[in-house]
Amino acid sequence: MSTTKVEQRERDILGVSAIRPDGAAKVTGDFSFTSDMNAENMLWGATLRSPHPYARIVSIDTSRALALPGVHCVITADDVPGKPTYGLISSDQPVFARDYVRYMGEPVAALAADHPETCRRALALIDIEYEVLKPLTNAEDAIAGSFPPIHPDGNIIRHQRIVRGDQSATGPIIVEGEYEIGMQDQAFLGLEAALAIPDSHGKGVELHVATQWLHEDLGQISACLDLPPQNVRLILGGVGGAFGAREDISLQVHCCLLALKAGRPIKMQYGREESFFGHVHRHPAKIFMRHYAQSDGRIIKIEARFVFDGGAYTSTSPAVLINGITHTQGPYKCDNATVDGWAIRTNNPPCGAMRGFGVVQACFAHESQMDKIATAAGLSAVDVRLINAMETGDTLITGQAMESIAPVARCIIETDHIPLPAPLAANAHELLLPGGSGLTASASHIVRGVGWGVSMKNLMYSEGFDDFATARCSIKEGVVYLKFATSEVGQGFVTLAPQIARSVLGLDDVVVEPIDTQIGSAGSTSASRQTWMSGGAVDGACRLVREQIFQHVGKQNNIDPLRLVIEGTDIIDQIGTFRIAVREAIDGLSISETFEHHHKPTEELDENGQGNCHTAFAFVAHRAVVDVDPELGLVKVVQIATAQDVGRVLNPLSALGQIEGGIAQGLGLAVMEEIVIQDGKVRNPSFTDYLLPTTLDAPDVVAKMIEEYEPQAPLGAKGIGEPPCISVTPAIVAAIRDAIAKDLHRIPVRPQDICL
Amino acid sequence: MIVAKNLEAALFALREHDDARVIQGGTDLMVEINFNHLKPTTMVSLRHIPELRTITRPDSNTISIGSGVPYSQLEIEPVASVLPALAQASRTVGSPQIRAAGSLGGNLGTCSPAGDTLPVMFALDANIHLQSADSQRTVSIHQFMTGVKRNVKRQDEIITAVDFPIIDGWQGYSKVGVRNAMVISVASACLVADHESGDVRLALGSVGPTIIRCRETEQWLKDNTSLTRNSVISPDIAREFGARASRECSPIDDHRSTAQYRRHAISILAARLLQKAYA
Repeated sequence: MSTTKVEQRERDILGVSAIRPDGAAKVTGDFSFTSDMNAENMLWGATLRSPHPYARIVSIDTSRALALPGVHCVITADDVPGKPTYGLISSDQPVFARDYVRYMGEPVAALAADHPETCRRALALIDIEYEVLKPLTNAEDAIAGSFPPIHPDGNIIRHQRIVRGDQSATGPIIVEGEYEIGMQDQAFLGLEAALAIPDSHGKGVELHVATQWLHEDLGQISACLDLPPQNVRLILGGVGGAFGAREDISLQVHCCLLALKAGRPIKMQYGREESFFGHVHRHPAKIFMRHYAQSDGRIIKIEARFVFDGGAYTSTSPAVLINGITHTQGPYKCDNATVDGWAIRTNNPPCGAMRGFGVVQACFAHESQMDKIATAAGLSAVDVRLINAMETGDTLITGQAMESIAPVARCIIETDHIPLPAPLAANAHELLLPGGSGLTASASHIVRGVGWGVSMKNLMYSEGFDDFATARCSIKEGVVYLKFATSEVGQGFVTLAPQIARSVLGLDDVVVEPIDTQIGSAGSTSASRQTWMSGGAVDGACRLVREQIFQHVGKQNNIDPLRLVIEGTDIIDQIGTFRIAVREAIDGLSISETFEHHHKPTEELDENGQGNCHTAFAFVAHRAVVDVDPELGLVKVVQIATAQDVGRVLNPLSALGQIEGGIAQGLGLAVMEEIVIQDGKVRNPSFTDYLLPTTLDAPDVVAKMIEEYEPQAPLGAKGIGEPPCISVTPAIVAAIRDAIAKDLHRIPVRPQDICL
Repeated sequence: MIVAKNLEAALFALREHDDARVIQGGTDLMVEINFNHLKPTTMVSLRHIPELRTITRPDSNTISIGSGVPYSQLEIEPVASVLPALAQASRTVGSPQIRAAGSLGGNLGTCSPAGDTLPVMFALDANIHLQSADSQRTVSIHQFMTGVKRNVKRQDEIITAVDFPIIDGWQGYSKVGVRNAMVISVASACLVADHESGDVRLALGSVGPTIIRCRETEQWLKDNTSLTRNSVISPDIAREFGARASRECSPIDDHRSTAQYRRHAISILAARLLQKAYA
């Protein structure tokens, strides 16, 4: 529910609200998701998973399953021809568990059969004897070394400190808190699915899959299959959301192995319950933070300790940890810091990437702390943030200079200028009150609160990783063809890429070629990076093509090509009167150019957490207005006002979509979304009990885009995907605290946390 | 799957197949089947039986709702003004799609303590019509539900209709969940204030193995007040009413909430409903 206006379209160039090419198909149900794919002679694949968080596999007997009519093959760890493990950072996760299962839901075997129902019956016929072991579920036990290693690589995934400035610095204001963040699920709507088609000679495979990063998948899959990478071809299937949950391998290797073994196409798709076990989640975390500040509220020093529960396997935990601890200060100036960060292995479900990637956890802690400083210094929530607001040129606690445009103060001020909603009317409709359709309250029971959250988020990958992007631009018969391996997961790059081409080339007919591995990597659709990285690659490729067009036109018309520019759909001579339609100028021309965009190099952190580890940053402010029923502990978020640092708006509608969606996801973490784990077991793997916000929970969003052109970004535009979901969560919690005058230090905030 | 076109055919099919399960909207049963918790061999669909989809007034004091009338029909007239609590409870069931398919027959058949319309039936002393090929009987809701997902319906019987008395008074329903719509009840309550008799009746959902009718609390209120249409409930009375109601329930801790919160929520819901009834 947005009150922000979207402008009318002209040509679908940059800056215009171009409509998604797949939008109508998605709304009407015509869009083909990966799970809708079929192939002739296809079999179905299914996975057998561990019911235990930690157990020794005593024996596996697949004979009864194999004997079931309709079953074609059953595979276990013994059937993995190549590398037995995979992983994004550390290859420590088995394709199939061997000897030990380390989390509830870990794959132990897979099979192929003629029908999903046959698969289900056959899974029940695989006999596995387990020796159940006591699981490691408390990360502190791992840090203390009091639990034997549950994995050959040990129980500590990564430990990193940040030590900067005067370690003895202190100040008149000291505030501290212990904060806890629950495990959130990405909850994409399009479940995991893949279709693997083996080559006729059985030495290669084509995999249609819903993923965030085709080339990374390709590398991990081909290693496990023991096939040369060129014999494994990945094609992006229709993806229904990702939010980080498709960065890791899920069913890719299983599906290919079954296809190669059966010699027939295999389709695999998870149901919702299996999906909860089939992908990584947001790290639950415990964070201690202590701030020392001047009596006027200015931060002197931060001490912090982060413990991220990474679950059974590494996934991206080391990077999430670094993101978390390097954002300890938030978007505020800070000279002195001591931070201790741990990413821990436990027998809980594996955790990895999710929108916000470690910064969500840090932000809940630092924003809660900012409000405590405000109280101690007698400042408003706005003033304490303004007085500390970071600026371009500041030095971060890692020693890195803030080179990005950093309009922190402007984000706060512009958000503050957004009008507050009207006070709750005495006769307000009951559906719109906390409790909603449950009709639990009338307006007299409700109190209103206002809270703030401001955040900083790194863009692109960090710590020396060169996450480049590749794109090819071709023109043929007046049509522009764009080729890239950029995963379209719903974020809208298939809308943006043609906008870039139209702006650069002055041509309107743009075709996006199939998204697959028949071109260089685009990097992952994550870290708010594709507009910057793949956008830069498309822009670069289109510019190379444009140079050739100018050369051609210059030569034909005796004009120095340097004088030629694109104006609308024409090429004009900047100095003379020459003008020709681009379409006409390229008649008979066939050009193809490929471009790789690399961001500036970054460094690893040293032992004191010092180093230029991040590429760039974006900022955002959120103000939440929340109605609370203090007696029942129920909440209705009334309005979120936000001003986001976007560099430059390339598609206003798309940008607003990211902002509204991110706010809904951050709201979920604030008040309802949590995977409930008990003794390593997931208690609520369904949308009946894992609650996502509905229309009645969604607030009005009033969004303001702060456009300060980012010179480091190829299009001047910063990534906008993650910031909306980061500081909205602490803003909502702060608003609840404001309404009920009670400290809340855990998210999601549960009704009993408010009223008991 | 036997698709019955009339009640007689359905009852006949049930008699012929003693393994048969009836299915109406399927919003509970299909979930159980899809998760492999149930493997029925024979199913009798009641979806196309017109007799089960009627709303009648057998007498001026009763409204009879066919067991297959979907919730979406119960949210609106002519039901909403006669049974506002039932309309409110129906509105809280699932999503619009679920409400277009689910019905009272399903709520009664499943008989979960979290069944949204069951507290309304308990507070209004509804009667359940059961019919088999050979017999028919009417059972009070209080006798019908016997435990968590347990009731007195025999395998060969079909729930045909639910009779609700039409009262001169006030009725209301409240339900607590962790989001503002489309949520399984953490605690719910239905309160009926019968202005003719002066009785107040309260039934609670999701806070015990069955729906709980708070007879001691009701009696306490009767003993300590003499309520008429124009009475006003003092905050003290409301608070005590709520506190007593919460002592009559026996909730548990589970992944949806805690027993402590559920007990507390009941005390608030009951107090608010009572005040609202006499506002």
